[in-house]
Amino acid sequence: MLEFILARYNYWIVIVLMMTGLYIVFSRGNLVKTLIGLNLFQTSVFIFYITVGKVLGGTAPILIEDKKDKDHHGDAEKSAHGAGDGHGGAHHGDDHATSASEAPTGMINETTGAHIASPTDVLAVAETLAAQTVDGEYRPITTSEEVAGHLEMPALDAQAILEAGDHGSGAAGHSASVAGADVAEILYSNPLPHVLILTAIVVGVATTSVGLSIAVRIREAYGTVEQDALEAMDNADDTAELAS
Amino acid sequence: MLMDDLPVLPIVLPLIAAPICLLLPNTRAAGLWATLVAWVSLYLCTQLLGVIVATGTVEYGLGGWASPLGIVYRVDLAGAMVMTLVAAMASVTFPYAIESARDEIVPSQTSAFFAMFLIVFSGLMGVVATGDAFNVFVFLEISSLSTYTLVALGAKRDRRALTAAFTYLVLGTLGATFFVIGLGLLYQVTGTLNMIDIHERLQGVDNKVVRAGYAFIITGLALKLAMFPLHRWLPAAYTYAPSAVTAFLASTSTKVAIYAMLRFLFTVFGFSFGFAEVALDFFLVLGLVGMFAASLIAIFRKDVKMILAYSSVAQIGYMLLGISFGTPDGVAAALVHVVNHAAMKACLFLAVGAVFFSLGSHRLSAYKGLAKTMPITCGAFLIGGLSLVGVPLTAGFVSKWVLIQAAFDSVLAVPTLMIVFMIVASSLLAVAYVGRIAWAMLLEDPPAGVTAKPLPALMIAPMLLMAGVNLYLGISADGLVDLARAAADTLLDTGLGFGGAR
Repeated sequence: MLEFILARYNYWIVIVLMMTGLYIVFSRGNLVKTLIGLNLFQTSVFIFYITVGKVLGGTAPILIEDKKDKDHHGDAEKSAHGAGDGHGGAHHGDDHATSASEAPTGMINETTGAHIASPTDVLAVAETLAAQTVDGEYRPITTSEEVAGHLEMPALDAQAILEAGDHGSGAAGHSASVAGADVAEILYSNPLPHVLILTAIVVGVATTSVGLSIAVRIREAYGTVEQDALEAMDNADDTAELAS
Repeated sequence: MLMDDLPVLPIVLPLIAAPICLLLPNTRAAGLWATLVAWVSLYLCTQLLGVIVATGTVEYGLGGWASPLGIVYRVDLAGAMVMTLVAAMASVTFPYAIESARDEIVPSQTSAFFAMFLIVFSGLMGVVATGDAFNVFVFLEISSLSTYTLVALGAKRDRRALTAAFTYLVLGTLGATFFVIGLGLLYQVTGTLNMIDIHERLQGVDNKVVRAGYAFIITGLALKLAMFPLHRWLPAAYTYAPSAVTAFLASTSTKVAIYAMLRFLFTVFGFSFGFAEVALDFFLVLGLVGMFAASLIAIFRKDVKMILAYSSVAQIGYMLLGISFGTPDGVAAALVHVVNHAAMKACLFLAVGAVFFSLGSHRLSAYKGLAKTMPITCGAFLIGGLSLVGVPLTAGFVSKWVLIQAAFDSVLAVPTLMIVFMIVASSLLAVAYVGRIAWAMLLEDPPAGVTAKPLPALMIAPMLLMAGVNLYLGISADGLVDLARAAADTLLDTGLGFGGAR
């Protein structure tokens, strides 16, 4: 029984989200909250579709080319980027977690090495990063702290990747070895539900934005977005019209 | 070459025309452009209808991708009927909207208003034409989202349009999402979204997943078409939307949802799916209850638009009743009523819009002595009203006649005679609410000092045209009835496995 429940945990998430959303839609008097509830409700459906499309052990439905070619390309890219792009570390690691679980240790060493090797580079990176995050607004960099943070970050990431590589040798490692061995054996997840859900997400975003803009107009016209108050005002309008 | 793309053109054309419309200046130009597009679409739809009557169901693979892989548009006879109906209603209401929008819409929003109108139009056509189950959802939402904005545009005259639009948005989205959940469950079972494919793969499959999917889809669509207990969004939305919008929506959007429901009931699930009967029994009961309850509420409303909106809910009850018989006759009766109800509601709401234009109100009190102040509008309204009641020589009579015939010919859980009795009784309720308005128009004196603003010809012509259509459909009904019968046969054949009623 417990296994039955646990094995379908994603469906339980869907159901819980769905009911939470519906409950919010019906119980909240605030129009914005209603909309958020509606959004939650829709999101649960997205997750449901994605669950439907998931194939156990399947990878993203992208044609995987010849492995050798790809790896060389990836390495070159990394050495070019690795030093210059401090926080790309996580990204690269991700890429490699799938392809490189054959030799995890070597890869990790390489990544961490690239980051720790030249502190000056990291300093530069930290500066550009800070500039980026503040969006052009000048802010003096509290160098030591921030650089330390950035210095630590890649290392931590690498740790995480190492772990992920070890853990995921079931899923990620499988797909990686498959990628190397035989193209015909690649197991893909079903892409169709994802495409459908992309469409549904667009619809959901459109609905939310239309709903919110109507809420804004209601706020302008009535001065409130509380349903009870709105109803009272509408009723008052009604009786006033009848009297006239 | 153009004719090869006939099934898709009436949908693509307004969709492309909408952004162009948005670029036009906020004058009559936008409205004229929309009208032109609607007329061309109507022409294309009649051509399509002709082709389908001659050669049967048409399939069109979008982008040249054939049936199971690509998205397919599949228009059967019933679909072509509904498409022609929608295009005809657009052709009639768009020119009307040119004048009425100048009065009811903020001038700077005119071109946006017509662009939205075109998108609703395109979406409704798409729902009917497509043979892909998920595409139905996309088009439903295209049309619904623009409908919400159209309803909200009524805010210039009455701010309650905003709250009405919001309620509509929440309930409409819930309905659409239910529909998508149902589709997801079906997809899980069948692995396809093509309606015909789903039907084939569902043969003999009956488990909890399919049943849940069925329930979700039917409930979602029932919300969209305002089946009786799920109709809460409709009266307010119809009442506070701009007049032309109400006329267009009342005559098309619920009808299109009815058609989508028919498609799913008969083309996708079909009678081999045993659980289908549960839904039909539901329709029977809810249709009957809706006919009465909504008519009763209508009698006690003091706003003419509100009365007519509740009457729409009641009339949807008739259509559901016809569907619930589960026979080709019953579905044919529902289709006849779809067309006739569109004609009468368009006529009535156009007349209401005309009164609103001249006197600035759709309260019952404004209709006092209308026969003297606005005789033409009053005449059109009376014809529409009589048709709604079902007086002989009007379209409504034909609907009820066909429906009662179908009821006699079917075997149902509720005694047939009882159903016929209830149809007649609910018509009497219609007499009551139409009678109240007629009484005010004909027998009461106009309040002193009220002068009616003269109506522009662009508003009178569509109104009189629709009144004429009501009379024409009442006098020469054979064509429509035969067409609906043939359409119902094609619809049911796919699901029924050739002819056996339940």
